[in-house]
Amino acid sequence: MTVPDAGTPVEPQQSLLRLAGIGKNFGPVRALYNIDLDIPAGQVTAILGDNGAGKSTLIKCVSGIWQPDHGEIYWHGEQVRLHTPRDAAALGIATVYQDLALADNLDIVQNMFLGVERTKRWQLDEIGMEIAAKQTLSDLSVVTVRSIRQPVGSLSGGQRQAVAVAKAVMRDAQLVILDEPTAALGVTQTHVVLDLIERLSGQGIAVIVISHNLNDVMSVADRIAVLYLGTLAAVGPKDQFDAQSVVDLMTTGATQRQGASSEH
Amino acid sequence: MSTEIDQPDELATHAAEVAAPDVIAGSLGEYVRIWWTRVKGGESGALPVVAGLIVIVIYFQIKNSNFLSAGNMVNLMGQAGWIIMLGMAEVFVLLLGEIDLSIGYSSVMGAAITLWMVSPAEHLPWWLAVLAGLAVPTLFSGIQGVIITWLRLPSFVVTLAGLLAGTGLLITVINSLGGPSSGGSIRLYSSVISDIEGGSMSPLAGWIVMIAAVILSGVAFVVRDSRRRASNLAAPPTSITALKIAVIAVAGVVVVLLSNTNRGRTTVLEGVPWVVVVMLVVLVAYSVLLSRTRFGRYIYAIGGNAEAARRSGINLSRIRVLAFALCGLTAGMMGIIYASFLGSASSDVNGGQNVLYAVAAAVIGGTSLFGGRGRMLGAVLGGLIVAVIYNGLGLLGLGAPAQDIWTALVLLAAVTVDTLARRRQPDHT
Repeated sequence: MTVPDAGTPVEPQQSLLRLAGIGKNFGPVRALYNIDLDIPAGQVTAILGDNGAGKSTLIKCVSGIWQPDHGEIYWHGEQVRLHTPRDAAALGIATVYQDLALADNLDIVQNMFLGVERTKRWQLDEIGMEIAAKQTLSDLSVVTVRSIRQPVGSLSGGQRQAVAVAKAVMRDAQLVILDEPTAALGVTQTHVVLDLIERLSGQGIAVIVISHNLNDVMSVADRIAVLYLGTLAAVGPKDQFDAQSVVDLMTTGATQRQGASSEH
Repeated sequence: MSTEIDQPDELATHAAEVAAPDVIAGSLGEYVRIWWTRVKGGESGALPVVAGLIVIVIYFQIKNSNFLSAGNMVNLMGQAGWIIMLGMAEVFVLLLGEIDLSIGYSSVMGAAITLWMVSPAEHLPWWLAVLAGLAVPTLFSGIQGVIITWLRLPSFVVTLAGLLAGTGLLITVINSLGGPSSGGSIRLYSSVISDIEGGSMSPLAGWIVMIAAVILSGVAFVVRDSRRRASNLAAPPTSITALKIAVIAVAGVVVVLLSNTNRGRTTVLEGVPWVVVVMLVVLVAYSVLLSRTRFGRYIYAIGGNAEAARRSGINLSRIRVLAFALCGLTAGMMGIIYASFLGSASSDVNGGQNVLYAVAAAVIGGTSLFGGRGRMLGAVLGGLIVAVIYNGLGLLGLGAPAQDIWTALVLLAAVTVDTLARRRQPDHT
């Protein structure tokens, strides 16, 4: 078994998104230090870490909310600068935050097309949008057809998550970042969302899942990256980790267990 | 909630309980059942308001048989005209979760300028005067919208300041335009403007316009439904569409029949008042704007979840300022209708109370004070209820005190329904 080294990118030529030496400081606080990470297409990468490990800071750098102080971001092998969330969205990076950002008074179709409505002459093309929304949702195997015009406020937590993800997919996202997608959900709803994540990666979309729920991550992730106090403690395919080694890495930044990578 | 995505039957049942009956129901019975579930959840549509209106009308008719006479009904349309118009103005900002208290005075300020321009001394064309009268309140509310958006101040306070400033500005405008001898009011000299409330279509024209309007709306409904069916999407049951068209046709026939009855005492006075036509055109235009355009969609989105709208790339400031300007523009129309109704523009106008009636009309008609929910048709129906209470109590010989108290009670009931409906909605935090 090879032990992946946190310092060298894995298969750089195949990765959709590549972070090289990313660092971010808030005044004297070092939120991120020298993060090297590759996000391959069609795979689910879980980013794990305790509170304050830098998970949120890292995804905010990728989604254009904050600019890293050090390091480079490569998209399809080309260096990019993400000044605003709009820059990230234009590349095909969609972030689904915990609060989902859905308008409860609008229906599913209206939410999925919010801000990118189709029009015929000057009128909204409701029929075209409804057909496209139906197609996207059935590709993701969510939400029965008859309910597509119901207000989002009446949906369950898992369904809302599904609509938020579908909204991202609708905008031709190549990388979908999910921030704690299962944190507010019960057991069955969590299952729904995990299925959805697998279907996303099955369509060739790269998925980053931020979570501190180990069970969810272990069941859905292809690759795992563990952050500890702003540094990348370990990264590699899921089968190189087990629950105990991940907990060790999250809490101490290192593990003695065999098969898992240790800090550099 | 027990719904599960991998249990389609259960989800469909759940959807049926909350989605618009139009797009779920396959039969009339199913439609009624879904509709009733929605009424209990506060998403009732126009029917309860119409039902309330009918109850009030029956009550007044029992108390005074003159209430439903042609003369009084046409009188009522005139009284309702300005309340409805101001109510429609408020809908634009209420949908955003904002409010505009200033339009009660800015509307009359615009009208004062219009009336001054068409006065014998100035003798400018009426259309130019109307444009100027619309521009003033549009700018007045638009500027407040800019202040609210850029400085992120609460609209209640900014437009309260606008109300106070408007009171003073109105007096200044009327005194300086009308001169010291005006006595605080400018008389209306334009026959075009006074005909809005005072004039009527010929009886034949009334029938033609009504029949054309019913056919157009019927065709619009049927075309929409058949397009949806052709695209394999759910459409409302045919019986419901037929029922809607029938209701519109009956309402049209009643209005035209009443209006075409001779209501004059000494001379013949008949026909649909022009204000009804103006109202109808504005209602249709605004309903299309709110439900069929991006701008309308964004107003609802901002009112529902401003952060979601922002993250979807919507320019919130632009939409908000435009909504305030549209509120002002509509108030300008109300000012001219109001001047047509009163025959003058006066600095004595109780603009503060008028704007509260407007908010009452919108809220009684189902527009939420919290934003995101409401329709233009609601403001029309709510305005009719306010006008009916006024007219009916007046007919019973009860004056302003009773009128105010009863309007207050109806408003309170409407706000209670709105708030309770909101509280019943599931929490997703």
